[in-house]
Amino acid sequence: MNADRGKFLFVALCFVGLALYPLVAGKFGVDLVTKIMVYAVFALSLELLVGSTGLVCFGQAAFFGIGAYATVLLSPPADPAALAWLLPLCMLAAAAYALVVGALSLRTKGVYFIMVTLAFAQMAYYVVHDTPLGGGTDGIYLNAKPVLGSLMDLGKPLVLYGFTLACLALTFGFLALLLRSRFGRALAGIKANEQRMRATGFSTYPYKLAAFTISGGIAGLSGFLFAVKDGFVNPELLSWHLSGAVLIMIILGGLGHLRGALIGAFAFALLQEFFQSEAIFGAFAKHWLLGLGLTIIASVALLPRGLVGVMGQLRERLVGGKGSKESVDA
Amino acid sequence: MRDDPVLLRGRDITRRWGGLVAVDKVSIDLERGKVHAVIGTNGAGKSTLINILSGEIAPSAGTVELLGQDVTAWTQPRRARAGLGRSYQRNTIYPTFTVFENCRLAAQASAQRPWRWWSAADRCPISVPAAHAAARRAGLEPLLQRPAGLLSHGQKRQLEIAMCLATAPQVLLLDEPLAGMGAEETDRMLALLAELKTGHAILLVEHDMDAVFRIADRITVMVNGSVIACDTPQAVRTSPAVQSAYLGGH
Repeated sequence: MNADRGKFLFVALCFVGLALYPLVAGKFGVDLVTKIMVYAVFALSLELLVGSTGLVCFGQAAFFGIGAYATVLLSPPADPAALAWLLPLCMLAAAAYALVVGALSLRTKGVYFIMVTLAFAQMAYYVVHDTPLGGGTDGIYLNAKPVLGSLMDLGKPLVLYGFTLACLALTFGFLALLLRSRFGRALAGIKANEQRMRATGFSTYPYKLAAFTISGGIAGLSGFLFAVKDGFVNPELLSWHLSGAVLIMIILGGLGHLRGALIGAFAFALLQEFFQSEAIFGAFAKHWLLGLGLTIIASVALLPRGLVGVMGQLRERLVGGKGSKESVDA
Repeated sequence: MRDDPVLLRGRDITRRWGGLVAVDKVSIDLERGKVHAVIGTNGAGKSTLINILSGEIAPSAGTVELLGQDVTAWTQPRRARAGLGRSYQRNTIYPTFTVFENCRLAAQASAQRPWRWWSAADRCPISVPAAHAAARRAGLEPLLQRPAGLLSHGQKRQLEIAMCLATAPQVLLLDEPLAGMGAEETDRMLALLAELKTGHAILLVEHDMDAVFRIADRITVMVNGSVIACDTPQAVRTSPAVQSAYLGGH
């Protein structure tokens, strides 16, 4: 119970910190943290699949990109769209594609599942890349950002910051509730031993399909936020690079923990900013991918449980070394 | 309650893998209150038979009836929900979950309600009491909060049974529940099986002959996918065919 309370306190403090951050940050800081929170929502969507259900999806960017493109394509050319209908439609578009992809790809397992999800994401990528629908490689601009009547104008950076934070908190809360419900426990069982779940009486396919669709909808939400923030979409939002990046975020943070997705998104984005900084690295900053890659390799090697497991690992070292660890095997 | 004591009936079950006939026209009846053991050397087709009866693999020919219904075309989860519980030769528990959560998740199969996403699973009014009852029956109640991966081998096998019981089955298909157990653990498991016998029909696939002859009411002997004998333990023990094919003529 104490551990649960500690985790809750940690997350609550993070959200309070994020809520207070604009009071001390400048325009750049607000913009950066808005972007990171968008990535955190995106990472949470993948955490539901990889960390909670054991489905390694390598096409998550497709749902992110569809949410982003839907935001631009469904908005009127010059006037702001109403948030009340635009946001649900963007999430529905991404969830609908996830439903189709999931219905077919979940009939495969392991590496085949990874490849099939990648293939579906690449199909979506080439639809926006090679057709007038997506504006080709140039992408499309969002001319007016959505509003909620006179209450909320997402064109204002601080309003967008607050809205993104609210979306992140709601997504986190929703997934936390979902994972402790019967549905969530069934997903955990599927991840641990799908054969046993079937033998017990669970038809696992509908569970996995539901998780896949929900995950697609949440990725669509993050795509919406990204399109609103940047006011621009291009095919790179659906590329496999982004699918890989979000996978790295959740691995870096620690698989199997919602907190891990949050921490991973922040760590990944901040590392990216760090290695891209010319003030620190000078001309070498243009090789930022090298530094980022080496840091991620080192993190995965040294922190097998991710950043979320650092404290536990330290405690084990200090208290009793390897001897204190008990093996938990079937 | 049904009048027919036969809860599970397999008729002429056959499974071919290419040119190999793993199970050849095997018929078997499982009755409430009886332990029906299936013995045979490795590769005799015992596990394939149990997999067919549980719905994990489809037969090439033959039928399976559960509680008077033809379930041959049913999926494994549907058969499980209809009252067919099974355990595996190797441990298939969820090692990182507690003993309680292993049992509770199994019990949840009969009250899934996945759309109630706001309601915590550990407050489920159906699966929580069922999990406690199953753990108590399998003798695991003192270990409810222990991670399942930290149990001893014998306790893990008990947990396998508890997870079966949590689904409230009428038929239990147990694949080598005594594998790797010491004498004391074997005695404890046999006592549990003897207790479970009264309310269930049990199929026991087992290599420990002493245990089989202690607990079984009926024994089917398989060799190369075929049944060479199906009788009482005494009759099987004295059968010349069984002695020559399985017991080495002793």
